[in-house]
Amino acid sequence: MIADSAQGLHCAAGGFHLDPREPVERAVITHAHGDHARAGSAAYLCVSECAPLLRRRLGPEARVETLAYGERRRIGDVEVSFHPAGHMLGSAQVRIEGAGGVWVVSGDYKRERDPTCPAFEPQRCRTLITEATYALPLFRWEEPASVARQILSWWQSNAEKASLLFCYALGKAQRILAELALLTDRPAYVHGAVEPYAQAYRDAGVRLLPTKLVGDSRGLTGELILAPITARGTPWMKRFSRFESAFASGLLRIRGTRRRRGFDRGFVLSDHADWPGLLRTIRETGAEQVLATHGYHESLVRWLRESGLEAAPIGTAQPSLDPEGD
Amino acid sequence: MRRFAQLYEALDATTSTNAKVAAMAAYFAEAPPADAAWTMFFLTGQRLKRLIAPRLLAVWAMERTQMPGWMFEECISLAGDLAETIALLLDTTREGAPPGIAPPPLSQLIEGRLLPLRDAGEEEKRRAVTELWDQLDRREIFLLGKLLTGELRIGVSATLAIRALAQHAGLPPATVAHRLMGTWQPSAEAFAALLRADAHDADVSRPYPFFLASPLEGEPDSLGSRDEWLAEWKWDGIRAQIVRRAGGAYLWSRGEELITDRFPDLSGAWASLPEGTVLDGEVLAFAQGAPLPFSLLQRRIGRKVLTARVLTEAPAAFMAYDLLEQRGEDVRALPLRERRPRLLELVSGRSERLSLSPEVQAADWPELRSLRREARQRGVEGLMLKRWSSPYRVGRPRGDWWKWKIDPYSIDAVLVYAQPGHGRRATLLTDLTFALWDGGELVPVAKAYSGLTDEEIDQLDRWIRQNTLERFGPVRAVKPAHVFELHFEGIGESTRHRSGVAVRFPRIARWRTDKKPEDADTLEGLRALLKSAGREDPDRG
Repeated sequence: MIADSAQGLHCAAGGFHLDPREPVERAVITHAHGDHARAGSAAYLCVSECAPLLRRRLGPEARVETLAYGERRRIGDVEVSFHPAGHMLGSAQVRIEGAGGVWVVSGDYKRERDPTCPAFEPQRCRTLITEATYALPLFRWEEPASVARQILSWWQSNAEKASLLFCYALGKAQRILAELALLTDRPAYVHGAVEPYAQAYRDAGVRLLPTKLVGDSRGLTGELILAPITARGTPWMKRFSRFESAFASGLLRIRGTRRRRGFDRGFVLSDHADWPGLLRTIRETGAEQVLATHGYHESLVRWLRESGLEAAPIGTAQPSLDPEGD
Repeated sequence: MRRFAQLYEALDATTSTNAKVAAMAAYFAEAPPADAAWTMFFLTGQRLKRLIAPRLLAVWAMERTQMPGWMFEECISLAGDLAETIALLLDTTREGAPPGIAPPPLSQLIEGRLLPLRDAGEEEKRRAVTELWDQLDRREIFLLGKLLTGELRIGVSATLAIRALAQHAGLPPATVAHRLMGTWQPSAEAFAALLRADAHDADVSRPYPFFLASPLEGEPDSLGSRDEWLAEWKWDGIRAQIVRRAGGAYLWSRGEELITDRFPDLSGAWASLPEGTVLDGEVLAFAQGAPLPFSLLQRRIGRKVLTARVLTEAPAAFMAYDLLEQRGEDVRALPLRERRPRLLELVSGRSERLSLSPEVQAADWPELRSLRREARQRGVEGLMLKRWSSPYRVGRPRGDWWKWKIDPYSIDAVLVYAQPGHGRRATLLTDLTFALWDGGELVPVAKAYSGLTDEEIDQLDRWIRQNTLERFGPVRAVKPAHVFELHFEGIGESTRHRSGVAVRFPRIARWRTDKKPEDADTLEGLRALLKSAGREDPDRG
C-alpha cells in the first residue's frame, strides 16, 4: 500500500506522498523538521499542532490543511489519521487504513517522556514503517529528568564561564528549555535561530524557561546559552571569552563522540527511539511486517528477520546518522 | 571501585588542568590508602598486564547479552572499543537497572579478584568476570574491561597526578616524583610512604626524575650571551641514569624501566664508580670513537638473549652528561657550572665504556650554527644547549635546557593503507601507511599517526571509506591518490621492511593537495638520503 518512489514514500491508493523529498501534488507530513517537511508541494496535510511550525518553514503561501490527533479523513481509497509520536511538538505517526489493511508510518519518534508533546501512542497495525536512526543495542537512553539535572548542575558549576550548549534549534532546544523549567526559573540565553521556535512552542501552550536573545551581549559569564550546532566555530562565538561547550544528542552515548568532536561535555538526549524503544514499539503494534528507514535500518531488519518477523528496508536513500532533530 | 569510576569520569569530563588536579586531590583526600595506591599506579600511566584475551571477553558478553556475532561486530565498529561495547550492551540488556550489590573497593577488586585470574582456567575466568558484571554499573564495567585487557588509560599526565598527590600531601612535587620512580608497587604502605613528611628515602635503586629539554624554535640568539650556555651534541641513544649505591648498580631508562640486564657490557663502567653516585647520560652503541646507528641499539634491546655476536656488533657505551648524586648526596641544586667539573673528575679514566659528553667548542652562535650542520655526519641529532647557572630540574620546565635539532628529513609519499587508530581516534582511520615509487610500484616505507588537524582527519576518514580498494581485517588498501609530506628524524637500513629502509619518528608535516601521486618521491631517493647520512648498517656488509 506504501512503496518507495523517487520523491519518497508513496501511497498510491490515497494518491499522496509521506514526507516527500521533492515537490508532489499532496504531501502528508509527520513533523516540521527540514528533512521531513520540504517546500514546493501543492498541498500539505499535517496534525494541527504541526501547522504553525510547518508554515514557518514553508512560507505563508503554502496550502496547509490540518487534522486533530485521532481524527480520520478519507483520502482516495484510504482513511488517514495522525497519532502522537512523542518526537517534538506537532510530531505524528500516520495511520493509513485501506484494502491493504492498516499501515502505520511512525515518522521520527521516541518513547521517553517529553514535556513539549503528548507521548507516543502505539497503533495496532499489519505493517509498521519505523525509523531506525539509533537501531543498535548500544543505544539506550537514560531518564530525561536525570539528563536535565546533569545539564542544570553543569550550568551551575560554570559560575565563571558561559555554558554553551549546542543542540538542534527546533525540537531539542525547546525540550531542554521545557525540562529545565521544571527545575529552575532562571532565564537562559538563546541564539537567534532558537528563539522564534521557542515562541511558537509558547504560543502552543508549552511552558519553557524564560529566554533572552544573545543579541549583542558579550561574555555572559555564568549563563546558559542554547545555540544550534551550525553556530559552532563561527565568528558568533567570539563574544564568549571564557566558556565550556557541550552537545546534547543521542550520539553522545558513545564516549568517543564527545572527544572526537571536541566538546567539554556531552549530554545523552535524543528525540529518536532507542533500541529497547524500537523493539517495544514493534511488539506493541502487533505488526506482522516491519519496514525500516534511516540510520541503522539494516541492523534492525536483520535482527527482526532472525527473530522470525517479516522485515525489509524502505526509503533507504537517506544519509545515516547526524539526523536533524536528533 | 565506585569512587575510582567517579574520578575517571570527572577527569574525562573536563579539559581544565586545574579542575583535573582538584578532582584528583579530592579523591586522595577521601579514598582508602590501599585504593589510592592503585589509582596512583594507573594515573602515572602504569598498566596491568593483560589478564584475559579480548576475544574471550567478547564471547562471554555475547552470551550474556544474547547478541549474535554480526550485531556485536556492528556495535564494536561504531563504538570503536571492546570494553565500551560490552558496557553499553550489558546496560541495554538490563534496561539500565543498577546492580543490587555495591562494587568491591578498587584494591580488593584488583588484588583479590583480578590478579588471581592470571593463572586461572578459562571457565574460572568466565565465572569471575560475569559475576563482576552483575555487581558493576555501566561505567565500572567499562573500566573493568580496560583493566582486564591491560588497556586502561586515563586522560592525565603522570606529572599532573604527581602534582595533585603532592598538593594533597603538602610535599614538593619533586619529592613525590622521586618516591614514585623505580619499582613502585601499589599497596597501602607504599601509598603511605609516598605521603611521608620525612624526605629521606630508603630505596637504594631509585633514580631521580629526569630533566627534559624543550625544543628550541627559532634561533639561539634569543637565549642571550653564548658564554652563559654549555653546548653538547644531542646523542641519539637511550636516555638513562646509572644509579650506583649500597654495593649495587642500576641502569634506568627514561621510561623508568630497569634495563641493567640489557647492558652487561656496561658493568665495568658502573662498577668503577664510587658508592653514592648517580649519573645522567645516554646509552649508545659506540665503536671506534663514534656512535653507531640507533637501529643497532634498538635491535639489541629487542633481543631476548644477548649473544656474543650482538655484543660485538653493537657494543654499548655510556655518555655521561650530568651528575645528580655524589657521595650519597643529592647535588641537583648546584649549578651546572659546578656539577660539570665534578662529573669530569668522576668519570675520567675509569672505563673505556664511560665518557663525558664533550663540550662543543664555538666562540659565538654563528659558529655553533655552522657546527650544527655537521650533526648528521657525526651521527647525532643536533645540539643541546644548557644554561651554566641552572640546577638539574624535574620534568620539562622551559628555559634552561634546549634541544636544537637539525631539520628533519622530508619526503613526499603516497597514502596506500589506513586502519583505525586507538583511544580517542578508535572510530577514525588515522593509522596511515605511506609508500614511495620503486619503478612502477609503490613500496610502503613509513607509518605515521599524527600531524593532521581534526578537520583533515575527518575529511580523510570519509575519503578513505569511499575509496577503499580492498580490506585485510582492519586494514584498508586505498586508491593511491593523496600525497603527504612526511618528516622523520633518522634513517637506517632494515631487513624487516620490504623497502629495505627504516625511518625514525615519521610524522605527517602536511597534506600536499597540490601534488599528484606521480609527483611523490622515489625509494631510490630515500636510499640516497641513507647514503648521505653516512650511517650504513655494518652487519649488512
